[in-house]
Amino acid sequence: MVTLMVARQVSVGRVGAVVGRNVGALRSGASYWLVLVSGFFEPLLYLLSIGVGVGALVGRIPLGDGRVVSYAVFVAPAMLAASAMNGALAETTFNFFFKMKYAKTFEAILATPVRPIEVALGELTWAMVRSSFYTAAFLLVMAVMGLAEPWWALAALPATMLVGVAFGAAGMAVSTFLRGWQDFDLMTAAQFSLFLFSGTFAPVGGYPPVLAAVVQVTPLYHAVELVRGLALGRVEWALAGHALYLVVLAGLGLWVASRRIQRVLCS
Amino acid sequence: MFGLVAEHQPLIHARGLVKRFGEFTAVDGIDLDVEPGEAFGFLGPNGAGKSSTMRMISCVSMPSAGELRILGMDPVREGPAIRARLGVCPQLDNLDPDLTVRENLTTYARYFGLSRAQARERAEEMLDFAQLRDKASSKVEPLSGGMKRRLTIARAMVNEPDLVLLDEPTTGLDPQARHLLWERLFRLKQRGVTLVLTTHYMDEAEQLCDRLVVMDGGRIVAEGSPRSLIESYASPEVVELRFGSEPLEGFVERLSGVGDRVDVLPDRILLYAKDGDDAVSEVHRRGLAPSSVLVRRASLEDVFLHLTGRTLVD
Ligand SMILES: Nc1ncnc2c1ncn2[C@@H]1O[C@H](COP(=O)(O)OP(=O)(O)OP(=O)(O)O)[C@@H](O)[C@H]1O
Ligand SMILES: [Mg+2]
Repeated sequence: MVTLMVARQVSVGRVGAVVGRNVGALRSGASYWLVLVSGFFEPLLYLLSIGVGVGALVGRIPLGDGRVVSYAVFVAPAMLAASAMNGALAETTFNFFFKMKYAKTFEAILATPVRPIEVALGELTWAMVRSSFYTAAFLLVMAVMGLAEPWWALAALPATMLVGVAFGAAGMAVSTFLRGWQDFDLMTAAQFSLFLFSGTFAPVGGYPPVLAAVVQVTPLYHAVELVRGLALGRVEWALAGHALYLVVLAGLGLWVASRRIQRVLCS
Repeated sequence: MFGLVAEHQPLIHARGLVKRFGEFTAVDGIDLDVEPGEAFGFLGPNGAGKSSTMRMISCVSMPSAGELRILGMDPVREGPAIRARLGVCPQLDNLDPDLTVRENLTTYARYFGLSRAQARERAEEMLDFAQLRDKASSKVEPLSGGMKRRLTIARAMVNEPDLVLLDEPTTGLDPQARHLLWERLFRLKQRGVTLVLTTHYMDEAEQLCDRLVVMDGGRIVAEGSPRSLIESYASPEVVELRFGSEPLEGFVERLSGVGDRVDVLPDRILLYAKDGDDAVSEVHRRGLAPSSVLVRRASLEDVFLHLTGRTLVD
């Protein structure tokens, strides 16, 4: 119902124009490329240092379905999910906030036929594109290093796109509430906690029960479980649950973000 | 160009239009009708509510109360359809700092649904319009203030709007650029484009506007053509008297009855009279010795100061 109402308002062309603006900005900004490249290397460095380095000390991890895999194989899909998250968040937090609050980019756009929801969708689409560049490259590395079967790696790609959309939308919604750059410290801290405690470096089953319960309501946990399940070829019903969680998060984030854009900029 | 509806209705129609920000009322119940092809101006001191009104007309800010129709449509339900036919130049430039001058134009055109080819073509025309061709590949940030302003105005024209809204378009422009812009706006008007603008420059209002309103404190305090406003709110001639550094209030009583009206400004006294020279003679006859005397024709500035000035004695 809500989707239908939203769909009726949305013009693909106008969303495309918002995406096109970001493509233009990318083309004419050299520093942007630097940020883009560094975003890819972070999870890769974690994979090499912890997955491979620490993994040599940790030994092998039981997956729960009878299979036992090397620690690097266990960690790699989590780093993949994290890189999808980082890619999308970098776009919908720092860049989005700057455009909304300081550059007045959206204010200018909203004087044209483009609607708040179309601004939000355009920004989100672009965030997903950026995050997909990271994850596609990362999946290639995983396949080359023998950390995932090539076909399962391919199957994980759409899942990472969903992860990008969900985190991108949530990040965008949060960004509309931020007052200034000092609030970003909080956001970075939250993002890093998720990165450490979402079943990324150890199975959640091994966490203390309270922590495990908390972790299971946070988004990166569901992202990691979904991506890991697909990358390791372990398809089960639980994956649908994780995917649903991410879909709901994406829808909610998008809705809040477009409402806030309207409120703040069309006062 | 104009739809059927617009031929029978004013392009802008407002009744009892109100804009509140929390407790504060920025626009306090104004009535407006702007006809197709007209050039319409808002005058008023800082904080009068001009920009708040312009933002409602440009369908980015929603009225708090009252009735508003733009191009015969309802801004709340048909915002995108209305905005597609508007060209908006906001008071403060909001150009895209990540893009070049040319990309600012092409990108903006794309928001209006122009194809890539159309957008490029329009951008080239607008580069000439704004005389920014040699800056086309530059980013926006290193441009001078006046160049940015010209780009913002050009950007507002990129969709060939029927109604152009300009909030202080020439603030920050050098005299040459101002005259150039006036000439461009005049040509747009001749092509049937409707112009609505705000300004603090009385000469600009006199040059460009067929009809004006003066706003103060969120209300419209006067309305009419520049000429009719001068006729109804000022006398044909004005005498400006300066008295060095002496406090001016002391002279008011001694000047009463000279001319039709006396206005005290912070630095000078204005005498409104049918004949300025007669008034000057009368001033001297009363034994006053102003440090400087100037007789001139009444202008819109006098109307403005009279309507919105702080010290006002009849
Ligand atoms: N978003 C807002 N929130 C709160 N108050 C606002 C907002 N926008 C404008 N105001 C207030 O409304 C009043 C009218 O502002 P507006 O910008 O419409 O004046 P203006 O006539 O354009 O003045 P200027 O000549 O200085 O541009 C001012 O007192 C201003 O402080
Ligand atoms: Mg203003």
